[in-house]
Amino acid sequence: MLNKKDLLGIKELSVEEINLILDTAAGFKDVIGRDIKKVPALRGKTAVNLFFEPSTRTRTSFELAAKRLSTDVINFSVPTSSVVKGESLIDTALTVQALGADFVIIRHSSSGVPHLLAKKLKASVINAGDGINEHPTQALLDAFTIKEKKGNIEGLKIAIVGDITHSRVAKSNIYSLIKLGANVRLIGPPTLIPKEMVTLGVEIFHNMEEGLKNVDVLIMLRIQMERQGKGFFPSTEEYARNWGLSLERLSLAKDDAIVMHPGPMNRGIEIVSEIADGPRSVILDQVTNGIAVRMAVMYLLAGVKR
Amino acid sequence: MNKEDIDRALTRIAHEIVERNKGIEKLCLVGIQSGGVHLAKRLASKIRLIEKKDIPVGSLDIAFYRDDLNIRKDQPIVRRTEVPFEVTDFKIVLVDDVLFTGRSIRAAMDALMDLGRPAAIQLAVLIDRGHRELPIKADCVGKNIPTALSENIEVQLKEEGMEDKVVIEKVGE
Amino acid sequence: MNVLIKNGHIIDPSLRIDGIGDILIEDGKIKEIRIQNIVPPPPHPLPQREGESLKIPYPSRGEGKGGGKDSGLRTIDATGLLVVPGLIDMHVHLREPGFEHKETIKSGTMAAIKSGFTTVCCMPNTFPVNDQASVTEFIIRKASQEGYCTVYPVGAITKGQRGEELAEIGTMRNEGCIAFSDDGRPVMNSLIMRRALEYSKAFDVPIISHCEDLTLSEDGVINEGIISATLGLKGIPDEAEQIMIFRDILLAELTGGKLHIAHVSTEGSVKLIREAKTKGINVTAETCPHYFSLTEEAVKGYDTNAKVNPPLRTKRDIEAIKEGLKDGTIDIIVTDHAPHHMDEKLREFDMAPFGISGFETALSLSLRLVEEGILSMSQLVKNMTLNPAIILNIPKGTLRQDTDADVTIIDVNREFKVESEKFVSKGKNTPFEGWLLKGCPVLTICKGKIYEW
Ligand SMILES: [Zn+2]
Repeated sequence: MLNKKDLLGIKELSVEEINLILDTAAGFKDVIGRDIKKVPALRGKTAVNLFFEPSTRTRTSFELAAKRLSTDVINFSVPTSSVVKGESLIDTALTVQALGADFVIIRHSSSGVPHLLAKKLKASVINAGDGINEHPTQALLDAFTIKEKKGNIEGLKIAIVGDITHSRVAKSNIYSLIKLGANVRLIGPPTLIPKEMVTLGVEIFHNMEEGLKNVDVLIMLRIQMERQGKGFFPSTEEYARNWGLSLERLSLAKDDAIVMHPGPMNRGIEIVSEIADGPRSVILDQVTNGIAVRMAVMYLLAGVKR
Repeated sequence: MNKEDIDRALTRIAHEIVERNKGIEKLCLVGIQSGGVHLAKRLASKIRLIEKKDIPVGSLDIAFYRDDLNIRKDQPIVRRTEVPFEVTDFKIVLVDDVLFTGRSIRAAMDALMDLGRPAAIQLAVLIDRGHRELPIKADCVGKNIPTALSENIEVQLKEEGMEDKVVIEKVGE
Repeated sequence: MNVLIKNGHIIDPSLRIDGIGDILIEDGKIKEIRIQNIVPPPPHPLPQREGESLKIPYPSRGEGKGGGKDSGLRTIDATGLLVVPGLIDMHVHLREPGFEHKETIKSGTMAAIKSGFTTVCCMPNTFPVNDQASVTEFIIRKASQEGYCTVYPVGAITKGQRGEELAEIGTMRNEGCIAFSDDGRPVMNSLIMRRALEYSKAFDVPIISHCEDLTLSEDGVINEGIISATLGLKGIPDEAEQIMIFRDILLAELTGGKLHIAHVSTEGSVKLIREAKTKGINVTAETCPHYFSLTEEAVKGYDTNAKVNPPLRTKRDIEAIKEGLKDGTIDIIVTDHAPHHMDEKLREFDMAPFGISGFETALSLSLRLVEEGILSMSQLVKNMTLNPAIILNIPKGTLRQDTDADVTIIDVNREFKVESEKFVSKGKNTPFEGWLLKGCPVLTICKGKIYEW
């Protein structure tokens, strides 16, 4: 049972709930592989994509997920909305609810905004990424992809490489993969990994070569160019030299290791094209699976009797 | 119904299916998750004995096609749909354990239609307990068991670790 | 009107009084104290007046209900109650002028009176900033017209609190400022801070330092640690506070100026201040109830009411602060009462303003220190009366004969539930919502005027 109104983060989910979402997503993966990619499961419902931060990928994925559940979707993004006129966050959300939204899918640059709205709204709030807190559906689709490729997550050695501090993808993945029994290691410069993370049960490596030894799965994170001016690392070139994924470094991982990236990629910085487009990459599978996982989340949240 | 009653009913349904369709050319069985799937497999092996040929069997999960997501108390468990053959131009026999309101069958027909364009859809059920809410009628019925709405009927099968049996019980309000 | 407070348990550290006795007030001044016995019997709580809603405090007309001329004598039976000098809160934000939607001098002082404080010192981060005598004059005039308790303004150290040029400290001192601070912001420039500590010696006023290295705390909103990492909120390390405390201690030693450290929140800060005091450096320090009552855990769920600067820290820090209060490293308890409008707090955690509406929970939370055996009752009273009076050099916090009749009467056994909607303060921003607290003032006398509820 997913006995929740909202999906705010992986932190708030139990192992059983994560597995239920993944199992349900498997059913939807079948659906979106067919000629008729749509089911009437959530006919007549309305979802609103409330994006305070631009993101074509995630927004499109949610939009497609909703449509394939026969749910109507409205995109409510910042440039076209009244947010620019100085309307408060709460007022915007209440307006969206008054439009008849059953789901409010929210992306915001401030951590905790979905939690704030969830308390104020009757609609199901789905966190599509908040600040540097969480991006739960990304972690769920990553877990789904790993399970699909590796059969099982328990016991796998999984490396998350890059800017952990500012990555909501990394955070959600850490919580989910630990809950699912993986051995998680974080690799990156000390300026970009909060040292307190070890208390969650992860290992921290600052040396890429050491960290990649024998791993089953590599999750590469996007490096944000703005960080270099802030003293987190001196230059993207130096970052790439030390923590970029090259073919040589990939050879340190297990022979059947898979490489993931939440996108959009900085080719030549955190990952070279030969790997991104190579046989070990499952990056496009992640995109497809994202739709199935988001369908599962909406479907299960809608099925909760309240 | 006990084990023997169930087996006899299934044997009769198997014969009826073969007779109705004059053989098993372009015919397949699709069980509705989960009870119907076991029964479809049993019917397939009986038909194999009759016709000395294999008949394709699929399983269908109708969760995404149900109309009661909002009113159910518990969350539906989504099982896999596995129809590993082309349904277009095939005659499909839907198999379910109990026929009741007809809503599951309506959902199953919608689900099947989304998989392709079957030549025909027929319905075989082990039990028909009445109380239809939709204009749906089974082509082959193992046994008609008139029930009260306050009763619950459950088909227990050995595939699910139980003794083959049909149980009727009163549900407390 | 004259007042006789009878049979109360009187504690006044300034007079070294701790016993059962009576206080006579005449013409708004303390006339006489009579102590019957030194060892107090166990207190008998007054029967709780249940279901009675809070009355807005108003000057009581006294006993003679029929006509209430200023001539009668009102007798207050304080049996079983604690009677102490009116409490002093030397770190509050009254928000006026400029932010009257958050609080006004009227509403803030009313909340102070209800909370047992008869003297408050308001920080200069208003609009305009209290960085010149005209603003000081406005505050004092407004407080005398509309205020319920005594208000002493704290002037800004630098013009516009920009940390660049000294404000007219001498002129503001003459107008009535009793201390100087850029509170809300640190003085980042060490040379300016040095000058402030030097220059203020001429007027014998303390410099109150909000210790925060802004370059290190940049964009931080809560304590740095596992909670900030897992909530995805930018952390403020202890060191942001400690680096500045250390700098200011060194500058106080260099200049001989009078340094007072505002809102101490970390274990390291307590250590630095303790060492400085051991060395004889002229430094005093304060902390707030939230720094010994709450940890960073309180922000979980993104509760902006627990967003405060410096941030709530850890259990270890709480222990160190209690230890600091116990051994006198931390001299006083203040509220850092920082009211905000509900709409300002009801928003993105990153964007919500820092601050807790502190008056109406302060005394009860502080009484827990006595309950826990960390402070004696007389130590606690000293922390909230005599100590701030000495630091600020004001004739308050005492029951000495002929001083203003400021008296707070406390029922240490009365229990209540924190309900922010019942706050007198305009600021409903409390992280203690729903807490069950014990001990609160039942009657406050300010310059002879009685307020009760
Ligand atoms: Zn401050």
